Amino acid sequence: MTQPLIEIRSAPHLKAAKSVETIMRHVVYSLLPICAFYIFQYGISALASILVVTIACLLTERALISTGTQAGRLSDFSAVITGLLLALTLPPGFPLWMGAVAGVVAIALGKALFGGIGFNVFNPALVGRAFVQAAFPTAIATYTPSFLAGRFTEFIPSSLALPLMIPAGAAEWLKAKQFDALAGATPLAKWKFDGVVVNADELLTSLSGHMAVGPAPALILLCGAYLAARRFMDWRIPVAILGSAALTAWLLFAIDPGRYPNPFFMLFSGGLILGAVYMATDMATSPVTPKGMWVYGALIGLLTVVIRYYSGLPEGVMYAILIGNAASPLIERITQPTPFGRGVSLGRTRKRASYPLNPGYISREEAGAVTPKKRFLPRKPKK
Amino acid sequence: MSATVTWDEFTEGIWRQNPVFVMVLGLCPMLAVTVSAVNAMTMGLATMFVLVCSSALVSLMRKMVPKEVRIATYIVIIATFVTVVDYLIQAVSLELYEALGAFIQLIVVNCIILGRAEAHASKNPPLPAMINALGMSIGFFIGLFALGSVREILGAGTLFGVSLFGSGFQPWVIMVLPPGGFFVLGGWLLFFSWMGRRKQRKQTEKLAGVSGHA
Amino acid sequence: MTDQRVIPVKHVPPPPPASPTVGMIRTLGLVSAICGLIIVSAYQSTYDAVAANKRIATERAVFKVIPAAKSIVEYAALPNGGIQKLGAGDTATPSGAVGFFAAYDEHGRLAGIAAEGGAKGYADTVRIMFGYSPACQCVVGFGVVAMRETPGIGDKIIKDREFLANFAALDVKLTADLSALANEVMAVKHGTKSNPWQIDAIAGATITSRAVGRAINDAAQALLPRLVPKLEILQKAQKS
Repeated sequence: MTQPLIEIRSAPHLKAAKSVETIMRHVVYSLLPICAFYIFQYGISALASILVVTIACLLTERALISTGTQAGRLSDFSAVITGLLLALTLPPGFPLWMGAVAGVVAIALGKALFGGIGFNVFNPALVGRAFVQAAFPTAIATYTPSFLAGRFTEFIPSSLALPLMIPAGAAEWLKAKQFDALAGATPLAKWKFDGVVVNADELLTSLSGHMAVGPAPALILLCGAYLAARRFMDWRIPVAILGSAALTAWLLFAIDPGRYPNPFFMLFSGGLILGAVYMATDMATSPVTPKGMWVYGALIGLLTVVIRYYSGLPEGVMYAILIGNAASPLIERITQPTPFGRGVSLGRTRKRASYPLNPGYISREEAGAVTPKKRFLPRKPKK
Repeated sequence: MSATVTWDEFTEGIWRQNPVFVMVLGLCPMLAVTVSAVNAMTMGLATMFVLVCSSALVSLMRKMVPKEVRIATYIVIIATFVTVVDYLIQAVSLELYEALGAFIQLIVVNCIILGRAEAHASKNPPLPAMINALGMSIGFFIGLFALGSVREILGAGTLFGVSLFGSGFQPWVIMVLPPGGFFVLGGWLLFFSWMGRRKQRKQTEKLAGVSGHA
Repeated sequence: MTDQRVIPVKHVPPPPPASPTVGMIRTLGLVSAICGLIIVSAYQSTYDAVAANKRIATERAVFKVIPAAKSIVEYAALPNGGIQKLGAGDTATPSGAVGFFAAYDEHGRLAGIAAEGGAKGYADTVRIMFGYSPACQCVVGFGVVAMRETPGIGDKIIKDREFLANFAALDVKLTADLSALANEVMAVKHGTKSNPWQIDAIAGATITSRAVGRAINDAAQALLPRLVPKLEILQKAQKS
């Protein structure tokens, strides 16, 4: 029997069987079917890629935790999530050594630099991907068709490139398998560079044909629904992202159907679903206020479509989410909920949570001797 | 103030007060031109020339420059030597000149140089000032070279244009882009601060050991 | 803000000592004189080397786009239709003029015309030089003068063989009245080149490829209508 104790601590006083570790573990569970399907699509190369990237993440995390560089424990599963998500966003035939580089960068630059779990500003998996996207632009754009015969016994040649060496091109290999070189292009790249729009229902399951795509959006939505139902993830963010992306795409489609593809294509192609469900919802990097979640999601959805349409890149989810991550502290600041009992009257509720700069702080000399009365200072929150 | 030249005056800029790794000064040319080792070294040499010459001239004139116009005087002197370097590089190789672009002219506003003029050359006789400037510029040169060589090796697989890994090397494009400069600089800073800390720890351990025996 | 700056001054700091104006002027004057001397002597002593370097760089660029060339003469095509020879020292071209280089082979025959063009690429302006052959009325050579395109993607325009093959004979014919290009030179999507005046873009580097197309088009559009009627003068120019 323990002594009865009075425990004094600060908020939150939530009492539920939900620790960080539980949540992370369930996210990993929900990712497993997606990984399994991805391996089913692309075979042994995908398996190797997932393993190598995840192991790279775990080893980096272990090394950096043991040197005291970052907080957290290896057993909190967060590095596993980073590794799995990172592997799912990379092409299946991505050279394994580049995958390892991505994993190391994801943890070291994306997470340890900021202090470890919970302190990261950007989604670590996307930091890793952004790095390799900038470092190896050719390799990361090289997809291969899915559901190839013999995919469980034979690696995609580019996977096994020697460290620091250029991966073998896929064209020869595809020719031997009787595909033209264009079969390796993702639906988004095909649309962007060749104007071919794939049907949305084919994209949703990605079962038909040999499309070069990531894991099936339908499966991701299903796994995401499980997480949302168990309250391991907030449903507002994915809904806001998908809603805003669909709305933007639909508006543009309505203006000029010849130039812009239909909104369903926008939703189900590329990594939008994976990003919306698993990456944008990362707790450390997204706003905590309900209103803020809507703003954050809407921003990401809008940016994704804008980048896809108007930039040189075929895919924009990654940069959209990274920009959203960067904006989320600001979004939190302007969407602070009104404390109970405050500001219900006078219609000034919206001003409550924002703190304009005190002119007195801008420049003592400039402001002169007369400082405006500090009306808002009593309400300033304590640090 | 005596005119004796101490060894420390020379080594200060190379290690203890290294402009890149300790003072973190002059980052603008540092990040922009260190795409290859040759560019980095040219920049280092150009800065060295400007730093040593301007320190000498500033030091010579230190007694007659009123303090109201000292910054203007220093800038004029520095700008003069930058212009000279500009012509020299054009005369040596136009290709190199194009590669370094506007950063030659921007040596004028490199804070290492103005900082040396203000903090050291204006208070010391020409010889120590030049020695100190030489040490500083060697430190800057080392910093530039450290960045430039790593970025060239990863970004192009070569060093001084000589291929290191054969033709199959996959260049890391990001290393020749501006973010690569930040990453490599961060890496070096990490390395040097780690070394510094290790040294410090060893010293405290030694001290503790000594006091323990006593 | 100015209205509120009526601050009662309690403590008046002592006025600063009178600045040594004479000293300042003397020092600045001396510094300026010394610095001017240094700059002028540096300019004088490097002038020849710099000029030689510049000439070599230009010649190398022209010889690259017109391999048969052995010597070059710089010209400017004036807005009124005339052409004017530029000397080595002339740096200022007449306003509205378009500069170009006439390249002659070893027998003094006109080997081709080289001109510069520029257009906005992915990162910055892509400045190119192209060689024009009067015989086939087409672009026969292409080189990059300056660019800051993404290494590994945009800078393929220097090396990509397929892309460079576009400039074996890129059609820049003029219309019958010699007032404009008959067809607009432009880059088209990779693999869809169907006419001799189109440029087959590099897959994945479409923006840079388009910039090259636009640069050639704009430069040719500005230069050729003025140049073509005067070709005979250029052909004679070297023989005399």
